[in-house]
Amino acid sequence: MTRQLPKLPLLALVLIAAACTPKKPPAMMEAPPATARPEAPAPTPTERPATVETGPSSIIPGSQDDLRAQAGSDTVLFGYDSYELDGEARATLTKHAAWLRANPAVRVTLEGHCDERGTREYNLALGDRRANSAKNFLASQGIDVSRLSTISYGKERPAVEGSDEAAHAQNRRAVTMVMSR
Amino acid sequence: MRLILLVTGLAAAPVLAQSAPLRVDINAGLMQPMPIAVPSFAPGNGASTEAGTTTALGERAAQVIAGDLRSSGLFKPIDPAAYTTSVGIDDVLKPDFPAWRTIAAQALVTGTVTANPDGGITLACYAYDVFAGAEIARQGFVTTAAGWRRAAHKCADLVYSRLTGESGYFDSRIVYVSETGARTRRIKRLAIMDQDGAGHRFLTSGQNLVLTPRFAPGQQTITYMSFENNRPRVWLYTLGSGRQEAVGAFTGMTFAPRFSPDGQNLVFSMAVGGNTDIYRFNIATRATSRLTSGPGIDTSPSYSPDGAKIVFESDRGGSQQVYVMNADGTGQQRISFGEGRSASPVWSPRGDYIAFTRIGGGRFGIGVMRPDGSGERLLTNGYQDEGPSWSPNGRVILFARGDRSGQSGLWSVDISGLNERRIATPLDASDPAWSPLLP
Repeated sequence: MTRQLPKLPLLALVLIAAACTPKKPPAMMEAPPATARPEAPAPTPTERPATVETGPSSIIPGSQDDLRAQAGSDTVLFGYDSYELDGEARATLTKHAAWLRANPAVRVTLEGHCDERGTREYNLALGDRRANSAKNFLASQGIDVSRLSTISYGKERPAVEGSDEAAHAQNRRAVTMVMSR
Repeated sequence: MRLILLVTGLAAAPVLAQSAPLRVDINAGLMQPMPIAVPSFAPGNGASTEAGTTTALGERAAQVIAGDLRSSGLFKPIDPAAYTTSVGIDDVLKPDFPAWRTIAAQALVTGTVTANPDGGITLACYAYDVFAGAEIARQGFVTTAAGWRRAAHKCADLVYSRLTGESGYFDSRIVYVSETGARTRRIKRLAIMDQDGAGHRFLTSGQNLVLTPRFAPGQQTITYMSFENNRPRVWLYTLGSGRQEAVGAFTGMTFAPRFSPDGQNLVFSMAVGGNTDIYRFNIATRATSRLTSGPGIDTSPSYSPDGAKIVFESDRGGSQQVYVMNADGTGQQRISFGEGRSASPVWSPRGDYIAFTRIGGGRFGIGVMRPDGSGERLLTNGYQDEGPSWSPNGRVILFARGDRSGQSGLWSVDISGLNERRIATPLDASDPAWSPLLP
């Protein structure tokens, strides 16, 4: 070993940097560590009040967090083997449309997902149907389709673990994901 | 590594006439596995090879052969500790039949492993009917030293085919998706192994989500689906070089790829605007034709072995059911009318059955039906049994079985519904595909 970097000043810098960064709310779409069961599943439309505010400077306008805060959720849920938007889903997507009008530079990807109770390839197609249901609704609200793309993950990326109906219901979903610019 | 396996007949032996030839009936309902002795193959000479001494290879070859035969559920290899005679090179040609009769062996597989001057080996395989005291089969396999395992599988295939009347399936491989990590963030990698689990290796790094691999008929290429660059679509993987190539340039997600029997075309699904149809893609010319249309989900296509027809699933009638069409998309016709849903159909390489996934009553199982939809039988029943794939001889079905905890593994079952068994994999596993017999 020829050279030992001084550790303390570096650590101090990191601490200063951390102190200067506004504390962000946890990113809900990030998966928990491999061994942990998720304590905080992806938000459902009813879990958060629609007017969550953690301080004017804490959320970047046009970000995923901003969409969640303004619309209450970035996710809509579906019935078993269904790609129909119910009233609650349409209400949420109506808010997504309003948010997209307020953030005209933002493009989003509609992610379609399924529960595990279908065959793999069928679920890829079903996820595509769900993503397009959400996309078509946003388009019907006047959002330019050039701002909307879709992707299906089938049953490959459940929001929550578990094999009961409660978990399955959380996993049958379309998520409006802000595309990084 | 590519192996060249030369198959040669040994010195001609007269076929002995037998009034009642030794036979395993693979269609029998509750059959007893045939007791069979597979002593270590004798060293043909004292030489050593880069894969080990001929003595060591002879021991290992016998273990591979016994393992293959046991896995079929049709044979019961007798514990070598019970053997009352040892097998030297002279005993290979003149077995001590009375000694094998005393341990109730009905058949005997024996042979030699000889090191060749070029560094390769010759594995000589002999099979006998112990009670008749007669030879059933013999064949020599000349290969590289590293190819000893494949030569042993070929020997097991020879024994299997002579005693069952069916072609063998042991000299074959399995490609599948290896899984690890939390269910919400599963890491999936393509992996390949011999059908008995040997020679396991990973083909992809796990960086990209990959699904549903299938062998080309020539087996040097695998088609699969990858989410690389967040663009889910069909890819080709070349085994020798490790080259990966996206198939075509399509606007929608392409998935559920399979090769045509001549290897020149792929069929797969493409989803456009929420509608999924089946397309045929010529690999050389890139010519693409749409085979299905209409608003339903049409997916999981699978060619008949003669290439004339394609079986697929569609929810056009309200729920997933199995349909058959001509290879050009004409003549589409529903064939499944059983309870629940019928999905992911796969045509047997023999042409006589279509395997499928049955969903109903909160359970998933694997079933088979005739190509006209008749004779439906369910072979398995689990929380999540899906994704059937046929052995090269069309007698065994591989599938993935998942449980409520999210764990998943590979299983196989005989088309009789018997011999359901787990296929060991290093990690969790899904989406198995069995290769044709190796060339």
